Amino acid sequence: MPSVLVQFAHPSFYRSRIQKALVKTCKKLDGITINDLYEQYPDLHIDVKREQDLLLKHDILVLQHPFYWYSGPAIIKQWLDLVLEYNWAYGPKGFALQGKKMLSAISCGGGENAYTPEGHNSFPISQFLLPYRQTASLCRMEYMPPFVVYGTHRKKSNDIDDESLMYADILSGLASGRIQPENYRGLEVINSLGHGIEG
Amino acid sequence: MQQTFFFQAMIYLAAAVIMVPIAKRLGLGSVLGYLFAGIIIGPVGLHFIGEEGQDLMHFAEFGVVMLLFIIGLELEPSRLWRMRRSIAGLGGLQVGITTLVLAGAVMLLQLDWKQALVLGMILSLSSTAIVLQSLSEKNQLKTSAGESSFAVLLFQDLAVIPMLAILPLLAVSHSGATGGHKETGLLAEWPGWAQTLAVLGSVAVVIISGRYLLRPFFRLIAKTGLREIFTATALLLVVGTATLMNAVGLSPALGAFLAGVVLANSEYRHELESDLDPFKGLLLGLFFIAVGASINFHLILSRPWMILGLVGAVMIVKMAVLTGLGKLFKLATPQNLTFAFGLSQVGEFAFVLSNAARDAGILSTEIMDTLVAVVALSMVITPLVMLVNDKWIQPRLCDPDKHKPGREHDVEAEENPVIIAGFGHFGNTVGRFLRANNINTTVLDTDSDNVDLLRRMGFKVYYGDASRHELLEIAGAKQAKLIIIAIGDEEKRLEMIQTIKKHFPNLRMLVRATNRNDAYDLMNAGMMHIYRETLDTSLRMGVDAMKLLGYRAHETTRLAKTFFKEDERRLKYLSSIRNPDEYVIAVKKYVEELEETLRADRDILRAGVDDGWDGREMVKAQVELAEE
Repeated sequence: MPSVLVQFAHPSFYRSRIQKALVKTCKKLDGITINDLYEQYPDLHIDVKREQDLLLKHDILVLQHPFYWYSGPAIIKQWLDLVLEYNWAYGPKGFALQGKKMLSAISCGGGENAYTPEGHNSFPISQFLLPYRQTASLCRMEYMPPFVVYGTHRKKSNDIDDESLMYADILSGLASGRIQPENYRGLEVINSLGHGIEG
Repeated sequence: MQQTFFFQAMIYLAAAVIMVPIAKRLGLGSVLGYLFAGIIIGPVGLHFIGEEGQDLMHFAEFGVVMLLFIIGLELEPSRLWRMRRSIAGLGGLQVGITTLVLAGAVMLLQLDWKQALVLGMILSLSSTAIVLQSLSEKNQLKTSAGESSFAVLLFQDLAVIPMLAILPLLAVSHSGATGGHKETGLLAEWPGWAQTLAVLGSVAVVIISGRYLLRPFFRLIAKTGLREIFTATALLLVVGTATLMNAVGLSPALGAFLAGVVLANSEYRHELESDLDPFKGLLLGLFFIAVGASINFHLILSRPWMILGLVGAVMIVKMAVLTGLGKLFKLATPQNLTFAFGLSQVGEFAFVLSNAARDAGILSTEIMDTLVAVVALSMVITPLVMLVNDKWIQPRLCDPDKHKPGREHDVEAEENPVIIAGFGHFGNTVGRFLRANNINTTVLDTDSDNVDLLRRMGFKVYYGDASRHELLEIAGAKQAKLIIIAIGDEEKRLEMIQTIKKHFPNLRMLVRATNRNDAYDLMNAGMMHIYRETLDTSLRMGVDAMKLLGYRAHETTRLAKTFFKEDERRLKYLSSIRNPDEYVIAVKKYVEELEETLRADRDILRAGVDDGWDGREMVKAQVELAEE
């Protein structure tokens, strides 16, 4: 069974609603490791060795964070910069992550409509996630469509519960091996695989 | 000689004001300056003071009382308890062995055993005033030599009491014995058990009132806001304790010491210390002047070789015993020599004891005069002996190149970019960090134990007082880029800053600060890089406390950073105010502001600092948008 590593980053956790609910969900599942980056490295001083060891022990890497300015919070960038070393993650001798899978799990303030040619963000979310996609590919990992929660500030608490259940379903689907490439190939987001897929 | 009080005061002050700076300038220390001042204005010099020198000495002994009070203030009871072994062991052995050896030597001079014993006891004592004054001047009280010296001196001060008590028993004739008894104070008429009770009672009074009464009392006095009344209270406390102790026949110095120890933990410690310090200094100065003036040069000149021989013999015996004991108590050689050289003189209690012994009929006036001359000379020689130790012996023992012959010129070639002054717990960490990053440092320290250890670890270390510009020059202050001033003594630091500004204007300074007040002083001295000792650590502790309470690490770290910056900003602002009235208003405003901040911290810091991430305004706007 594949093991899942959730790299979680939220610099201002106390005011998050969605991410709080998602993290709570993750914690209840088996076979999922949550690595709370800001808690682990409050001053952004990342322990590269520890992080690389964590990566080696898992098969699927989830980058879970709020989507700030079309990207991750600062520690996600710091993490990518420091942990994915040349000739370890990429480069002629960098095969450590080969064959693993990677996806983003993000929450956006804007609604789904905002990420359309007519919306105020002009582009679909997949366009904004291109750097992550190419990072995965450079590190010889398979990139999966993201899990996205849109319009976070407008969610009522029962909406949030629904999103969490969906996220739980996806994560356990990944951990059990139920979700396979043929299920998600071509999808813009992976959310729809959450509900209603028979186990 | 008929003289008015003013005239006398003028003579003493003038002598001190002229001689002490000269002596200091020459690197001889203040004690020697006072002693020479005394000799110059004394009977052999300008003859401004004659026989009253002896009376003056009794008055000036009060300086010793103050000195011990202040030393007591700096010594918490717990530390005293930790020193019990060296006080009883080292001190006891020193007094015992020295007394026996010297008494034996005196018996060779055809004196009877009672006289020999009394002389041995008298000569075994050292001078608390000279030794502690010199050690504190050189900032060496906390080194192992300083602590050992202190332990021995303390034991000696205690030993004076039984010594005074057995003098009458050694008296040659009974008439002499009753004559000697008049020294024992007001209670002489009382029966023995009542005297004992009175002694124990007064010690209890000092301890209990120090513990429970004095603090509220001082608080009350401090509230009046009258500085001179606080000073008066401090003086009253010392004088009162001394009087009480005198009345029951205990040493006033010891009583004052006890009172000091009891108050060592109180919040008024620094206030008391700084208020009494000038009095202590002047009275001690007066005491040394009196010693200088009381030297009977006629006697010395009539038999110079005998007197000098006696002085030499006494000091050498004392030094030998001290060195042996230092070895036994595992002092390292440089520290041991500082200890032995320092305590080699005979102390001021010799004057008291020899008077009592003469009154008891044990010593003849002739022997006593010789004794006083020997004692006074040994006191005059002590600062010179210490000087030899500091200038020639210590540098040689602590020379980093001593083990590597043929590399004598290393000193000139010193070009490390960083100098660290003071390698205690503070400087030590800075030094280790720089060294770990391959930045070469030159270290200056006054603790020869420390110097020894660091040298073995391969550090470039110089022994000596970092505020002396010659030493800084040797350490390469001209070539260095930075100096880290990490010594613990606030005044020494300010002194160093002045020296560096004057002689090495291009050297950048990073300075340790004890607390807020000290940081103000440093800012006023023009320092840009000031590091309050405990600020970062206490904030780190605060962060961890919050984390253990379940707060998020990153957020709490940011709160602490904000708090830190805010605190530094206010510190800078407050230090920029020179006008006292304005300052009071600003401080009041600051306190209000701090309260405000503390109350609103959650809102101000959180809302203000983190507004970039899902800020309130933005969320509100989004929610309103959704409701439309």
